[in-house]
Amino acid sequence: MLPEIGQVALILALLLAVIQAVIPLVGAQLNREPLMLLARPAAYGQFAFLLFAFAILVEGFVTQDFSIAYVAQNSNLQLPMHYRVSAVWGAHEGSLLLWVLMLSGWTVALALFSKALPLPFVARALGTMGIISVGFVSFTAISSNPFLRHVPALADGNDLNPLLQDFGLIVHPPMLYMGYVGFAVAFAFAVAALLDGRIDRQWVRWSRPWTNVAWGFLTVGIALGSWWAYYELGWGGWWFWDPVENASFMPWLVGAALIHSQAVTEKRGTFGAWTLLLAISAFSLSLLGAFLVRSGVVTSVHAFASDPERGMFILTFLVIVTGGALILYAIRAPKLIGGPPVGLFSRESLLLANNILLTVACAMVLLGTLYPLVAEAMGWGKVSVGPPYFGLMFFVLMAPLVWLIPLGALTRWQSDSLPNVWLWLRSAAALAAVAAAIAWVAQRELPIKAVLAIAAGAWVVFGTAAFLRRRWKTAARGQRLSAEMLGMTLAHIGVGMFVVGVAVTESLNVERDVRMTPGDTVEVAGYQVRFVKLRPYDGPNFHADEGVFEIMKNGVVLSEQHPQKRQYLRGQVMTEAAIDAGFFADFYIALGEPIDGGNAWAVRLYYKPMIRWIWLGALLMMFGAFIAATERRLRQTVREESPLPAGAAVVN
Amino acid sequence: MLRALIPLAVFVLIGLVLWSGIGKDPRILESQLIGQPAPAFSAPELRDPNRTHNNASLTGKPYLLNVFASWCPTCRVEHPILARYARENGLRLVGLNWKDESAAALQWLQRFGDPYADILYDPSGRIGIDFGVTAAPESFVIGADGVVLYKHIGALTEDDMQNKVMPLIQGGSP
Amino acid sequence: MNPLRKRRLVLVGLLLLGIGSATALALTALSDNVNHFYSPSAVLAGEAPTARNFRLGGVVLEGSSKRDGSSLLASFAVTDRFKEVKVHYEGILPDLFKEGQSVIATGQLDQNGVFVAHEVLAKHDENYMPAEVADAIAKGKAQAGQTAEPKSY
Repeated sequence: MLPEIGQVALILALLLAVIQAVIPLVGAQLNREPLMLLARPAAYGQFAFLLFAFAILVEGFVTQDFSIAYVAQNSNLQLPMHYRVSAVWGAHEGSLLLWVLMLSGWTVALALFSKALPLPFVARALGTMGIISVGFVSFTAISSNPFLRHVPALADGNDLNPLLQDFGLIVHPPMLYMGYVGFAVAFAFAVAALLDGRIDRQWVRWSRPWTNVAWGFLTVGIALGSWWAYYELGWGGWWFWDPVENASFMPWLVGAALIHSQAVTEKRGTFGAWTLLLAISAFSLSLLGAFLVRSGVVTSVHAFASDPERGMFILTFLVIVTGGALILYAIRAPKLIGGPPVGLFSRESLLLANNILLTVACAMVLLGTLYPLVAEAMGWGKVSVGPPYFGLMFFVLMAPLVWLIPLGALTRWQSDSLPNVWLWLRSAAALAAVAAAIAWVAQRELPIKAVLAIAAGAWVVFGTAAFLRRRWKTAARGQRLSAEMLGMTLAHIGVGMFVVGVAVTESLNVERDVRMTPGDTVEVAGYQVRFVKLRPYDGPNFHADEGVFEIMKNGVVLSEQHPQKRQYLRGQVMTEAAIDAGFFADFYIALGEPIDGGNAWAVRLYYKPMIRWIWLGALLMMFGAFIAATERRLRQTVREESPLPAGAAVVN
Repeated sequence: MLRALIPLAVFVLIGLVLWSGIGKDPRILESQLIGQPAPAFSAPELRDPNRTHNNASLTGKPYLLNVFASWCPTCRVEHPILARYARENGLRLVGLNWKDESAAALQWLQRFGDPYADILYDPSGRIGIDFGVTAAPESFVIGADGVVLYKHIGALTEDDMQNKVMPLIQGGSP
Repeated sequence: MNPLRKRRLVLVGLLLLGIGSATALALTALSDNVNHFYSPSAVLAGEAPTARNFRLGGVVLEGSSKRDGSSLLASFAVTDRFKEVKVHYEGILPDLFKEGQSVIATGQLDQNGVFVAHEVLAKHDENYMPAEVADAIAKGKAQAGQTAEPKSY
């Protein structure tokens, strides 16, 4: 009975989504307040029904109701309780339900925190959210129904893919979806502004906190995915330039550009049209990501099983949503008047450079990701684009961006001079040079590229510190550091950490695949790894061979590690790596496969220095984005007597 | 102003690329197998492991080769439709029990009914590979001469049966 | 020309220069790093390049997978159920690598016609066959059908 109720809840949510999509927009157009006022209750109701439907699916997994086909396919009796809950979003249908629930959650948040905004604007923004919701809820209800029955019930289900039975999977998709879906708010604001015809700084100010929060979630979602791939796939890699990874990375890049261009537009009125375009693009790229993952047009290790019909649905939806927004943009944007003139060396130009580099990087990733499709359409055969392409393009585009970061924060709006800024950055440059020199002396085998990258990372960190120093010396007490500035500082330090982490990991890591028999000792990066013995191990739903390894330095045992080779009861084999994690280095041990009749094992021994800095840097970026979103100024509406020349036009 | 149309143009271009990718995926196989003799196979009968089926033993009358498994929920959706056509319209239905365990498959058939004239048992999925099966359910119409006439991916609907499968089955009989 | 105009022109020029060089770089990088996909039949027909990386896809032939006892060298054959190509790989194979399952290997052909792989991929989901592999197999079958049984028509 419950699954049918869940289905009904889905359909009721869909009806409310239709109401939310149509009536407030019509109301805003006709200027009828009662119609516009419907937006909020429709959003609340929709969320309630979706939450209810989601709870029913969770209940189905927890109580192991194998009469639900989706439950039967993705869990079985041996599955431990905590994975039963996360199994809800382990495959297409359930993850889509989680997606719509989150979309609806963002809509509710928007409805709650927009009380101070003018009603027509709110009605239009919520109406746009409603349109997006109609698309995704009907997709769920029509072609991806998680409540489909398997009558009569099976005695036992299949199993959740063992790769997905893991803490990383529990948290990675929700965070990622929060980011993807969160960009819908910035998108809705942009569309509302375009519909409103008031494409001024106002909408940007309102939308900034939302963009920041969405981007923060996306950052941590991607970082979690990278971390999960690192420890769970058994390869020790943290980024593969796989199409599905690229799918999440493209909105991230454009989102980062959007955060900066919104700052410019909000404070100066410049780049108004560009900001609109980025807001539309960020969410469109999220939709593109959903398309790539769920349609099966690209070959990926992460994708859900392919389904052309689902692909067609998402593509149609993408065309309606993005195409519609871009047509609206083409009609309205030309009426936009730019901001005040800008000097060649000014914060505006530096942020423009930031935006160009980030969007071009995104375009390069898009090109590499879609190139196999283009090649096939053109009849050039089946191809794939190798990671070196992405690595090279990314390095070329991101290197200048990183060097510009400290300049951007210290340069004044409108016009400044380089000597002026340099005054504050001299010591940062010196410190960065010293840091690079120390790194080079300590590790002579560092390639020049890595030394430069360490210098760049240190430059970002110290340059950001220089910004703090200037605030401290020049700003009045009590106004020294706003939430926005603190957030920016943290995020930029995160970028610096990330760069250093990548440089050191990529240039100093040691990867050895070796053949070992119990008793063997192998030297890796100045440490000794001893294969002590192999023993059996039984988990709740798997058997495993567990290796016992000792990591030693100069004969002193530093730690004992237990990598496993698991055989799940449903037949899948899985490598569970053992990682001795540290702030400065990870030791990574994975059992490959038995060779020579089981007397010996193929073993992966990896030494990964400073790999944690990559994810810690991402965490700092996330915190920075969240803290900046709390900026009080952004919650106020722009006063008419704003001292800046309002570079925006009121059209209509 | 034309400049404002550039983003739209770029988007249309990307949309076309994406559209070209859809459906290319598993469905491209249709053109490859169709019109060719069915791949050679030999497999035990699910309900009687002592009997063996192969291309020759099944040729003579057109049939619908239906790839199914007890773990496949979508198979359950098409099952009653297939059963009705087998019962009422004289459809010769041959099953390919794919990547399944025989006990589970037999139990599944007992529950939902067994409309199959013959069932090939393919626990390792080898025959499925030869037929280019990417996921269950999939179905193939095979003519009286053993040539593949049609391939369907996903569950067969009433509409598919009436307009695609049955005309071929009836047209293909001697 | 007023200074504002001039500045704008400089900016646009720089922008075009930047985009142009980025595009040029992207295209060069792309052409260097594109790996074509070939089936065993295509490889044996001489379609695959000899001194360049490409991807070979198909099913691991049953009974072909062997491991050297004293090193990490693995050898197996990849088939499209029509022709097969021998593959050497030094290292640890992915968990999902299994005989009868599909794989995609990246590497080069050596002088003896053995494909020396530096990367072997198998798919997460056991019931899934990568589109390229399914396609290659279907093509191999189609060719086999044409050559092996022309008389029956």
